[in-house]
Amino acid sequence: MKVYVAVELTCDEAGVMHPQRILWEDGRKFEITSISDVRRAASLKAGGSGIRYTCRIGKKDAYLYYEDPKWFVDP
Amino acid sequence: MGRRILHADFNSFYASVACFLDPALRPHPVAVAGNPEARHGIILAKNELAKRFGVKTGEAIWEAKQKCPLLITVKPDFAQYQKFSALGRSIYGEYSDRVEAFGLDENWIDVTGSTSDMADAHRLAQVIRGRIRDELGITVSIGVADNKVFAKLGSDIKKPDAVTLVSPDNYQSVAWPLPARDLLYVGRATEAKLLKYGIVTIGDLATTPEAFLRAQFGKAGTMLYAFANGLDIAPVAPTVDQQPVKSVGNGLTTPRDLVNDEDVYLTISMLAESVAMRLREHGMRAKTASLGVRDSGLVSFIRQTKLSKATNITIEISRACMALFREHYTWQAPIRSLTVSCSDLVSMDCPVQLSLFDDEAPRKKAEAAEVAVDDIRRRFGYRAIGRAIFLKDREIGLMAPKVDHTIHPVGYLQNATMDSVTGRR
Repeated sequence: MKVYVAVELTCDEAGVMHPQRILWEDGRKFEITSISDVRRAASLKAGGSGIRYTCRIGKKDAYLYYEDPKWFVDP
Repeated sequence: MGRRILHADFNSFYASVACFLDPALRPHPVAVAGNPEARHGIILAKNELAKRFGVKTGEAIWEAKQKCPLLITVKPDFAQYQKFSALGRSIYGEYSDRVEAFGLDENWIDVTGSTSDMADAHRLAQVIRGRIRDELGITVSIGVADNKVFAKLGSDIKKPDAVTLVSPDNYQSVAWPLPARDLLYVGRATEAKLLKYGIVTIGDLATTPEAFLRAQFGKAGTMLYAFANGLDIAPVAPTVDQQPVKSVGNGLTTPRDLVNDEDVYLTISMLAESVAMRLREHGMRAKTASLGVRDSGLVSFIRQTKLSKATNITIEISRACMALFREHYTWQAPIRSLTVSCSDLVSMDCPVQLSLFDDEAPRKKAEAAEVAVDDIRRRFGYRAIGRAIFLKDREIGLMAPKVDHTIHPVGYLQNATMDSVTGRR
């Protein structure tokens, strides 16, 4: 199942997006502490492809995909 | 100086995209198929599992379900196919300025400039294969060769997700044992004729004297000889040269079989009207019209003719197609589908050579009238105005021309003449 999420982000002068936190549908917020990798990639699990952000959330890495114009996370 | 050319072919393209986008489909045999109620119910593509049951592209859904009762059929989604196709091409485009599409799912990539030798081209092909899988989530098989024909052959040898090298050193052992049928431009008719002379494999074809092939097949014989020997010199078209529109066509599987010339004229007029309208939309006129016919036995052919003057006038296109039809069809069976397409396009701004003897005024008027009809339809809807002929048969005549995506197979020879694709090293 592909789950679309709301994302808070900043956009810099060059138009580059920097996701800050992921807002889960039940109201929880996940703070992204750092992004270690950005590349185009496919998620076989979710069945979608887009720009993949490898995000540090707490002590774990999670994949956040930008599938223009929506965002989803690897389940 | 040898070239290095890749041919990248998405594996079971439509079905792969469908399965990628919906993970729930993956464990099942899946086929992408048209809508059976509109009599488009044929298999367009199938996944590996369905293939194992013997499901074939082009057969009817019910035939496929007899072999594979649990087959899941899904509707085609052309917008997604176009998206994946464009993503693939953008990856290829990172390695070469020569990327030539052959349909939505196949591309030739000339990597002569970005690789040092065949082994390097092979390595690059592996990189591209991996990137497509990781970034798009579907797979390609890639053929690597020093000409387009062997590259295409190579991409069919190992799949899915594989690279095959058909080099000047190994083509006799890799390509020659394959059936002649696998070679580009050897269709059913050519295959049958070749078999008559005991030519079964590509190797047989390559070792048959060229003069003999020329005597049997004319210029095409020379071309086949060159193809089988890896002497194809057709260039990979530079990406920038590829015009967005090369031809405009519309095809229709009719709700009932067509049984006489009148039915056919009606259908052709309807298709021609929609083709003419799309030509005007693109600001184009066409110099060649072609007609595709498929009968109820699914035997099909395409014939084309030069138009005396570049046109986007419905009646001129439909008359040309009707003439083709009368010339080439003998009514051995009722007709299931027709396709009208126009190619050899020139811009409407292009100056027109006037004739001393014909009066151009009626043609100008006809074109202006059709432009006016376009405008009325744009403002008030398609049914606001129409030709009286379409009222004669409600079942066929009142079908609005489909806004369906008609994706036509692209001719290999469209940028080249037969002579220019054959050559000597």
